[in-house]
Amino acid sequence: MKVLVAVKHTVDHNLKPFVDAATGQVDLSQARRGINPFDEISIEEAVRLKERGQVTEIVAVAIGGTDAKDSLRHAYAMGVDRALLVETDARLQPLAVAKLLKVIVEREQPGLIFMGKQAVGEDYGQTGQMLAALLGVGLGTFASGIQLGDGFVEVTREIDKGTQTISLQLPAVVTSDLRLNEPRFIKLPNLMMAKKKNIETLAASELGVDLANRFTVIKSSEPPQKPGAIQLANVNELINTLRKAEVLQ
Amino acid sequence: MSILVLAELDGNKLKGLAAHVVSAAAAWQQPIDLLVYGSQVDEAAKEAANLSGVARVLVAQADHFAHPLVEDVQDLVLSIAKEYSVIVGAHSVLGKSVIPAIAARLDVSPITDVVEIHAPSIYVRPEYAGNIFSRIENHQSLQIVTVRNTAFRPVSAGGNAEVVSISVPASRALSRWVKEDINHSDRPELGSARVVIAGGRSLGENFDALLSPIAEKLDAAIGATRACVDAGFAPNDLQVGQTGTLIAPDLYIAVGISGAMQHIAGIKDSKVVVAINHDPDAPIFKYADYGVIADLFTALPELDKALQ
Repeated sequence: MKVLVAVKHTVDHNLKPFVDAATGQVDLSQARRGINPFDEISIEEAVRLKERGQVTEIVAVAIGGTDAKDSLRHAYAMGVDRALLVETDARLQPLAVAKLLKVIVEREQPGLIFMGKQAVGEDYGQTGQMLAALLGVGLGTFASGIQLGDGFVEVTREIDKGTQTISLQLPAVVTSDLRLNEPRFIKLPNLMMAKKKNIETLAASELGVDLANRFTVIKSSEPPQKPGAIQLANVNELINTLRKAEVLQ
Repeated sequence: MSILVLAELDGNKLKGLAAHVVSAAAAWQQPIDLLVYGSQVDEAAKEAANLSGVARVLVAQADHFAHPLVEDVQDLVLSIAKEYSVIVGAHSVLGKSVIPAIAARLDVSPITDVVEIHAPSIYVRPEYAGNIFSRIENHQSLQIVTVRNTAFRPVSAGGNAEVVSISVPASRALSRWVKEDINHSDRPELGSARVVIAGGRSLGENFDALLSPIAEKLDAAIGATRACVDAGFAPNDLQVGQTGTLIAPDLYIAVGISGAMQHIAGIKDSKVVVAINHDPDAPIFKYADYGVIADLFTALPELDKALQ
């Protein structure tokens, strides 16, 4: 069975973003970029399925500029078999991304599609759900465990007070949560080898998809600073203060 | 045109988040229909009809809604969507899963995790794990939104909405519910507790032993940081933060929590924040209202004693 993994080249999740006062937009010009951590988890899961002999081919697809090739090379170094770049310089919104991915799914015909539950940055957390809906296939969001069966996949998901297990007919879309696995450490020789691998490139604008933005970010801002805590000498003083402020009875 | 709000059930009861989502939807000043779906919905429909600001309660009863699956909820909402100009759900596990799916079927880009609504079409939502808040203008005539329920005060009871049964499309059976493992607890629910006490990784193996007696005395829910959960000291469902449960209690007590941005993002709607930490430079003190610099292993027993 073939697995498709969607990969986003995102800003580093350790980055503290700041807003450019002149434009009112988040300034990412100097930001370090890399593979979205949730997508790395998706690749790891696909590679483990292949190592167990349940998957024959893993295809990674990224949508973005030529710099997104770095994340596809990272995917190669982790063990995917092929990589595709759907190239665009536009900052696409999730609906357009889902539509592009649908075209790739129809072309590749995977049995299972893995994506991260969200990408670092705008934190939309929508694309996997939209892709499943557009394809008319089953959806398992926030996966913390996966069991692949014959024609179905069982997905254990994190829900409010515990976990839920659902079974999805294949093909299906699964979005990875943080605790699905711990991605492997990439060895330097693998990364060197990945540099030589081929990345097939398609132009996003030639796939017959409406890529128009549906909303505009008018202005971004950092949350207001609080004045800082009133320091109290000990726990008893804390309790007295909270009682006086009628926060505690 | 009216507004459709999606409710959620916990067993046969209406989840409290409906009152918050209805409150958010009131921003549009249009009639609100509240959709209640489940396998036994009579009790929840009554609770829903009692929420003020709801014009009609739409009731969809079907066996396959005992454990709602995304595809079935999608098909139900699609069957009535054309009557609405706005569709709103909670930014809950179910809402996050189902709302984008509904939107895609209607060729709409949804706006998720909205914390402010400036009707008719401007919203504020967090980005970059809560480090940034962005104001967004939606250009679509049909607006599909999830709202962060803790950012909106719940509507009160005292409504008297009409209850209408609607027909339910057959299930496509693309997916099947298998089982749930729920951690039962007598404590208040984390997402709606009036008081929450949460601990960081430094509590270690004593996490539960240190926090439980205090939580009991305060009738508080217990929360944990991501690092604490990752280290195996607390179960996953206790995680508070941008990627865990978002909370807005009247009182939040953070014990041994340094204050990572993704944690702060999940507690920002709390009314009063108290931090107890041995490190005077912990970022949580910049965010808290009251702080005590102390070693947890002496401060927590003292706190327990002081509350007796």
